[in-house]
Amino acid sequence: MTVKTATVLTVAAMVALAGCAKKKPAELPPPPPASTAPETDTGTQAPVGSSIIPGSRADFLQQVGTDTVHFGTDKSDVDSEAQGILTAQAKWLVAHPAVRVTLEGHCDERGTREYNIALGDRRATAAKNFLVSQGVSADRINTISYGKERPVATGSDESAWAQNRRAVTVVPQ
Amino acid sequence: MMVRRMIAAMPALLLSSAALAQVPATQAAPGAGPQPGQRLIVDVTGGISQPMPIAIPAMPTPASAKTPAGQTDALGRQVAQIVTNDLKGSGLFKPVSGDHAVAYPQVTAPDYNYWTTTGASALVQGFVQANGDGTLTVGCYLYDVYQKQELTRQGFVVSPAQWRRAAHKCADTVYTRLTGEGPYFDSRVAYVSETGPKNHRTKRLAIMDQDGANHHFLTNGQSIVLTPRYSPNQQSIVYMSYTGNRPRIYTYNLSTGQQRLVVDSPNMTLSPRYSPDGRSIIYSLSVGGNTQIYRVSASGGSPTRLTNAPGINTAPCYSPDGSKIVFESDRSGTQQIYVMNADGSGQHRISFGSGRYATPVWSPRGDLIAFTKLGGGFSVGVMSPDGNGEKILTHGWQDEGPSWSPNGRVIMFFRTAQGSGRADLWSVDLTGVNERKIPTPLDGSDPAWSPLLP
Repeated sequence: MTVKTATVLTVAAMVALAGCAKKKPAELPPPPPASTAPETDTGTQAPVGSSIIPGSRADFLQQVGTDTVHFGTDKSDVDSEAQGILTAQAKWLVAHPAVRVTLEGHCDERGTREYNIALGDRRATAAKNFLVSQGVSADRINTISYGKERPVATGSDESAWAQNRRAVTVVPQ
Repeated sequence: MMVRRMIAAMPALLLSSAALAQVPATQAAPGAGPQPGQRLIVDVTGGISQPMPIAIPAMPTPASAKTPAGQTDALGRQVAQIVTNDLKGSGLFKPVSGDHAVAYPQVTAPDYNYWTTTGASALVQGFVQANGDGTLTVGCYLYDVYQKQELTRQGFVVSPAQWRRAAHKCADTVYTRLTGEGPYFDSRVAYVSETGPKNHRTKRLAIMDQDGANHHFLTNGQSIVLTPRYSPNQQSIVYMSYTGNRPRIYTYNLSTGQQRLVVDSPNMTLSPRYSPDGRSIIYSLSVGGNTQIYRVSASGGSPTRLTNAPGINTAPCYSPDGSKIVFESDRSGTQQIYVMNADGSGQHRISFGSGRYATPVWSPRGDLIAFTKLGGGFSVGVMSPDGNGEKILTHGWQDEGPSWSPNGRVIMFFRTAQGSGRADLWSVDLTGVNERKIPTPLDGSDPAWSPLLP
């Protein structure tokens, strides 16, 4: 029961944190990117001539465009750009209700080991909470933080750090 | 343990001299320059004094014998070399060069006339003897060259596999007698061995002696492992592992190799550390992006929550008397260091300098807290438990994760290189002057210095 209490407190904390972040989200989330394929409830229909299996990772990436959202330095609030991407991800996930995903939280290298692991958890949770707010069932989303252990860009510069501050929605192959 | 101090069973040679153990502190003995009334002593805190010149000749053997660790005369050379490396590595001693052969009878009757000419203020002599029961005896004697006087002696009986420990104990004997500080050479280090590309480092738990010898890997690298910490009795290590893609804390029993999940939570647990009595483990639990500090019995059971402030509360570490816990929290908006009572009451911030502060670790002496300071790069520094007296000791691109030597005089940390992301283990003393790279077969991070071995 400790855990449940903590979850409730945390959501409140997340909201509070988002509230005092430097970048306020836009008043309304922008519309999701236009979908090139017709939405279906079952996801069993593949476009003619396509080898992409509906409900697969390839399908997700083709439909949504990206599995990754980015964060500001030491931040975990979902900004307007990230909201657009997560809204599109949520649409796809709602359309493919059998798919379970893992949300990975990552950090750049400019934080200490333990703090970054906790910060990555905060980022994964922020992205998860947004998906849930868009109608995706919470029990379909597992979160994991990698802290600074798995950078995608290997440089030590602003560009690499910006790419590494991310949450990745991993759909099974 | 297999190393035992020889008090009752001193062999003939050790008994042949009248003076045992320490010379009274009032003993007049000049240091680098013969000044009457000055003690032969090394100042560990000053950055001004020069390292003490010390001679550590190869140790003879009463009878050359073959042992599982090698011939006793070869061991005598190796023991002297280990003592040399330990003392030199402390930054407080400067071994004099030269290879003057010491005959066995001279071990208790030094050739002072010769040693005076070397410039050495202190002289370490000893012997290695194979005993009938398969053990080895290492005798260790410290002399004041100018006063022509024995300062202390110790004998160590070890199994052949533990012969290096006898050498470290000899170095500890010399270090403690001449500095007045506690010993630290006979200790081990657990750390994370790293290899592979920056975006997919393979990380394995490893342990080794504090000088890098006797290196062993404990895990195979299939799962990421982080932040190992020794139990006070050195029988186990508590650490974080991504086993099964579920990052949680485990203990590793060093005798059996058995790994045990500490808290069976569906959520992530991280940043574990034992209490000074070994009965509890403190750690962080992340639930929904909120990271709080808990305590659980080392044998399992129901955890107790210690922090409540929303945010990231992590890197907890007990004071050596177990009454307080230092930790980091971003409750103020940035990472800062806080102290609370062991039951979670009385939480108050102690870091108020510019920048962010992380990974606080209480010195085993209780007098200082080591930390990582963030701002530009990362540096390792120390401050008093009340937050005063901040002193930055290192200046790398990223120096992180301090761990104290058993005597609280030296800090080990890891230094990550800009760009490549490769990390190495380093140590620095409290003057910040003596910075040394610790040899590891691969890259290394997250060092955890063990307590002094029993």
